[in-house]
Amino acid sequence: MMNDSLFSLVCAGEIFELKAELNSDKKEKKKEAVKKVIASMTVGKDVSALFPDVVNCMQTDNLELKKLVYLYLMNYAKSQPDMAIMAVNTFVKDCEDPNPLIRALAVRTMGCIRVDKITEYLCEPLRKCLKDEDPYVRKTAAVCVAKLHDINAQLVEDQGFLDTLKDLISDSNPMVVANAVAALSEIAESHPNSNLLDLNPQTINKLLTALNECTEWGQIFILDCLANYTPRDDRESQSICERVTPRLSHANSAVVLSAVKVLMKFMEMLPKDLDYYGTLLKKLAPPLVTLLSAEPELQYVALRNINLIVQRRPEILKHEMKVFFVKYNDPIYVKLEKLDIMIRLASQANIAQVLAELKEYATEVDVDFVRKAVRAIGRCAIKVEQSAERCVSTLLDLIQTKVNYVVQEAIVVIKDIFRKYPNKYESVIATLCENLDSLDEPEARAAMIWIVGEYAERIDNADELLESFLEGFHDESTQVQLQLLTAIVKLFLKKPTETQELVQQVLSLATQDSDNPDLRDRGYIYWRLLSTDPVAAKEVVLAEKPLISEETDLIEPTLLEELICHIGTLASVYHKPPSAFVEGSRGVQHKRLPGSAGSGESVESPDTGSAAGVSEAPPAVIPSQGDLLGDLLNLDLTPPTTTGPPPPSSGMQMGAMDLLGGGLDSLMGAGFGAPPAAMPASFTAPVSGGLDDLFDLGGGVGMPMGAYSPPKTVWLPAMKAKGLEISGTFARRAGVIQMEMTLTNKAMSVMTDFAIQFNRNSFGLAPAGPLQVLTPLSPNQSIEVTLPLNTVGPVMKMEPLNNLQVTDVHIYLYHKSHYYLHSRQVFLATWKDIPNDNESQFQIKDCHLNSDAASNKLQGSNIFTIAKRTVEGQDMLYQSMKLTNGIWVLAELRVQAGNPNYTISLKCRAPEVSQCVFQSYEAVLKN
Amino acid sequence: MIHSLFLINHTGDIFLEKHWKSVISRSVCDYFFEAKEKAVDPENVPPVLQTPHHYLITIYRGKLFFLSVIQTEVPPLFVIEFLHRVADTFQDYFGECSEVIIKDNVVTVYELLEEMLDNGFPLATESNVLKEMIRPPTILRSVVNTLTGSSNVGDTLPTGQLSNIPWRRAGVKYTNNEAYFDVIEEIDAILDKSGTTVFAEIQGVIEACVRLTGMPDLTLSFMNPRLLDDVSFHPCVRFKRWESERVLSFIPPDGNFTLMTYHVSSQNLVAIPVYVKQNISFFETGNCGRLDITIGPKQTMGKTVEGLMVTVHMPKAVLSTNLTASQGNYTYDLATKVLVWDVGKLNPQKLPNLRGSLSMQAGAPKPEENPSLNIDLKIQQLAISGLKVSRLDMYGEKYKPFKGVKYVTKAGKFQVRT
Repeated sequence: MMNDSLFSLVCAGEIFELKAELNSDKKEKKKEAVKKVIASMTVGKDVSALFPDVVNCMQTDNLELKKLVYLYLMNYAKSQPDMAIMAVNTFVKDCEDPNPLIRALAVRTMGCIRVDKITEYLCEPLRKCLKDEDPYVRKTAAVCVAKLHDINAQLVEDQGFLDTLKDLISDSNPMVVANAVAALSEIAESHPNSNLLDLNPQTINKLLTALNECTEWGQIFILDCLANYTPRDDRESQSICERVTPRLSHANSAVVLSAVKVLMKFMEMLPKDLDYYGTLLKKLAPPLVTLLSAEPELQYVALRNINLIVQRRPEILKHEMKVFFVKYNDPIYVKLEKLDIMIRLASQANIAQVLAELKEYATEVDVDFVRKAVRAIGRCAIKVEQSAERCVSTLLDLIQTKVNYVVQEAIVVIKDIFRKYPNKYESVIATLCENLDSLDEPEARAAMIWIVGEYAERIDNADELLESFLEGFHDESTQVQLQLLTAIVKLFLKKPTETQELVQQVLSLATQDSDNPDLRDRGYIYWRLLSTDPVAAKEVVLAEKPLISEETDLIEPTLLEELICHIGTLASVYHKPPSAFVEGSRGVQHKRLPGSAGSGESVESPDTGSAAGVSEAPPAVIPSQGDLLGDLLNLDLTPPTTTGPPPPSSGMQMGAMDLLGGGLDSLMGAGFGAPPAAMPASFTAPVSGGLDDLFDLGGGVGMPMGAYSPPKTVWLPAMKAKGLEISGTFARRAGVIQMEMTLTNKAMSVMTDFAIQFNRNSFGLAPAGPLQVLTPLSPNQSIEVTLPLNTVGPVMKMEPLNNLQVTDVHIYLYHKSHYYLHSRQVFLATWKDIPNDNESQFQIKDCHLNSDAASNKLQGSNIFTIAKRTVEGQDMLYQSMKLTNGIWVLAELRVQAGNPNYTISLKCRAPEVSQCVFQSYEAVLKN
Repeated sequence: MIHSLFLINHTGDIFLEKHWKSVISRSVCDYFFEAKEKAVDPENVPPVLQTPHHYLITIYRGKLFFLSVIQTEVPPLFVIEFLHRVADTFQDYFGECSEVIIKDNVVTVYELLEEMLDNGFPLATESNVLKEMIRPPTILRSVVNTLTGSSNVGDTLPTGQLSNIPWRRAGVKYTNNEAYFDVIEEIDAILDKSGTTVFAEIQGVIEACVRLTGMPDLTLSFMNPRLLDDVSFHPCVRFKRWESERVLSFIPPDGNFTLMTYHVSSQNLVAIPVYVKQNISFFETGNCGRLDITIGPKQTMGKTVEGLMVTVHMPKAVLSTNLTASQGNYTYDLATKVLVWDVGKLNPQKLPNLRGSLSMQAGAPKPEENPSLNIDLKIQQLAISGLKVSRLDMYGEKYKPFKGVKYVTKAGKFQVRT
């Protein structure tokens, strides 16, 4: 009977009693006993001692009893593997049963018994079941492959089950197709590169057909699988979209969201002027709105995804603002998400409504929510300029309520408003100052102090206000301390006469009494600035600040693109790429939105204009730098394909500088068509016995860690120089730039009297000493020569550019080690300062370093990392270097875990050097 | 896929666990308990939690938490939908979904969970299919079973599972063939202080109860299908015909099911059936406040508003109330600070009114927040959006069924701000 209270079990006596019942002759009694056992198991009691007795009940015609025993087996087989073997025979027999329900049940249960020994026996029955005539059995068997793979992946591959599973994608029964897709997707997750779901137009068609007929869950699997496909062209993309749109009206919200994912992704490929594109946009809004009327848990996930969708395509929901209005009995997690989306959708058209709502929320009960609502008002002000005034007055109203946390939040956001609209709303400062005493949170205190410092000249008692903060200086948080220090220095610069004492006090507090290095350093800098050059101090401290950007919380475009591909998954809930948090998926491939109809076939089509729509959006990583790819192709730096010995990057095309004296440069020019000339006179060489390596004299000792010097390349082949072959490279050893050469005599006679001459070059390189080849070079002998160089020689800009014409000179060698841009701010400012046209982007392929290793390696070559930013899954290294000729080069290196291809963007006032810098990077990183 | 399921009552006891793959220790729930502790209210526990090795996805239904553990990237909506389906199934089988009833039927619950999910993949979630495999417990059946020794588990292949219409079982037979449809509309609205509509929409649902012999093919058509621009259908509805002809054509599941849900959005005009005049104020001094609420009919399309009820969440400082209701009764729960005024039928001639004073804790500051009013109401024989069914046709079978359509409008999340 079902309704027995089965919760009173398990002491030794009861186990014994159950044992007796299990071995009873009466079927009914047996079944009741098994039920009791299951009941105890369900609530977590240990009944494994009954294993043999329960297994004995397995051979029965009674389906319910059989199922119950199977349930028990699945739970305990792991702890009793030897006993579990006893059950194998029954399983194998059941797999042949005429009743498909029993066949399916047996194969299903066997898969759940996670015992290695059993899996071997499972293979044969499974193979049969995968080809069973009954689709019910086939679909169960498909899932069983995934189970088996989880236990023993190798076995599954060896037995060829994966291929059978792939065949099932073309099965006639849609449920079988759906299960096969589900199983393959799960297996593929542990093998990111296995290409199991190899999608082609035929399989896509099969999937789309199955989509209409399978269960709701199957539809989710199929849609998720479809989302991984990249259509060949916009026409295919449109036809898939057309067949997926009916899913938007499904009652199951997971189906709806998966369909949204497919559509969002494939929409990228549709030309924007297509009628269908507009229709599709319109169709997407209602289902998203409907998701918001579901249970709160579903709403939450939907809202997180809508947050992504409105960032990518704000037009979809721009008229639906009202559905995001918060109801007071929404769970807090829903409220906070709705608020976020409201701000994203705020525009001039609806700002009045939004503000009225936000003001309403600011009087609610929940503190977190109220705080966020107040912040939201500030964000609206920054986002919609026309509303700023109204926002400020709303905030002032809220400050009047005197509710402590409301006031503090309001002050924090008013500070931001000041930074966005300077010299506009300072009239409110008086009101803010009234609330000075009630501020107890560091962020609000810091904001208030910043305001006082920034507008010190308009606040009569600014010195008193700041002084009052100074009393408890050491109890404040760092944020407040730093702000206070800066504010007082600002005050001093504005009103030097009456505040001298105050500034001395704060400087001594910061520098002498503080353990915090940040605070101390800033204190010292101010101190020195003020004592040496007050005018400069004024320029630095009171410099005009850049306006804050409109939306600081937008997701980075590259990440956003990836997340759009993951709509409906955990990644979309956390707004992180799966590689950042899903366990065991280190090799997950980053998904990208397909490019628009710009490439491929539609290039010939007349509507290429629309293609620019998507391709114009390269991943802008430095904020407010729109156009990274910008003029990449206009840089005209592409090296001609030379056939000469140095790699094509050598930049041999310019012929301005002689490395080895007069005639040699024309020799070197041979690669690009100059006729081979005679051996230069300066290279006549008396040759005698072998000289030892000069190499070690200059090098080795004190070599900077990780400094890389490229391998020597042949600069001058023997046949072009009367038998003298010169190969060489540049290196920096112990801080001195050196040219290392190997001279080989391939002629028949002895060479002597070596000499070297440098022509003027871009880097001001000149020999620091004479070339020391003391002995004659006899035939077939090699000699290593090291020539120290300095950079004081005359600098001449080379056109079209580049360095020493002979070689692939690696500029990084010449960076002066102590010159690098020391702070992010300077870097950013410089970055912005350089016109976008000077930016170029390169790919470094097949580099298997992580960002830290790369950074170290580069540092060894005097390329310094100023800042590192990790935007989920991607490390951005911001680096700078200064060439000996005084040219700054800024670089942004993007490193993606698991992706051997780096992207590097270079910016420099002299864009001609970019190509060489890139080559140096490549050489250093690959070495 | 879904790895394990834990059922947890609202005091935080795990009373059932089920693992579809390897066993995961209960201790994984500690992360959930931590979050629950932090959230204070059980409704506010975030539905998706991350732990070092797993993800916990939870729903809260009927004072129970359904907590599922997953290990790989799985669509969370899929999990949440499935969990709701599990709760629905329990409801369907046992009449309610509570700790007591689940404990009483633990073996059936276990069998159901086993049937619903295989290795984390949903297997059979349609109640029709499940009922063929595992019969719901009834008193009569348990008596019969004890006498005859037969079992609750069906021993035939669930016929629906493989056909193109998995939601319907074959060989259905009734002596009385009947098909009833309930059009239920809920008004979600927010009205502001002055009574203007901030936001209003209608959530509609058509619930069906179809007991028809054989394989009937039904067509339901509306007088004004243009109202419906945002709809979700039961899988049985043929979407193509809806797109082209705006009729619902389907082979129905057997028994009760939700045929469609729809959504009439705020852009369309949503009628608000009642107006509320309210004034709740607290005085700066004297630790007291006043409350005055009057409700009157607005756009009722000539129907009577019934089941009117007003709920107010008072600020914490409100100790007691001294009110008089011109109609109905009111209660004030001191612990939860919830004032409930059960009005009943709305009489347009004599508008119901509740007024009186509120007394507050001595010394407490004047509350900052304004309590919102939640309105509950019901209007029979009216779909407030104006939706009307014009006819129901049946094909494929010879007999004549009884047909019926009922309309009702209710307040959903209907809030009045003060």
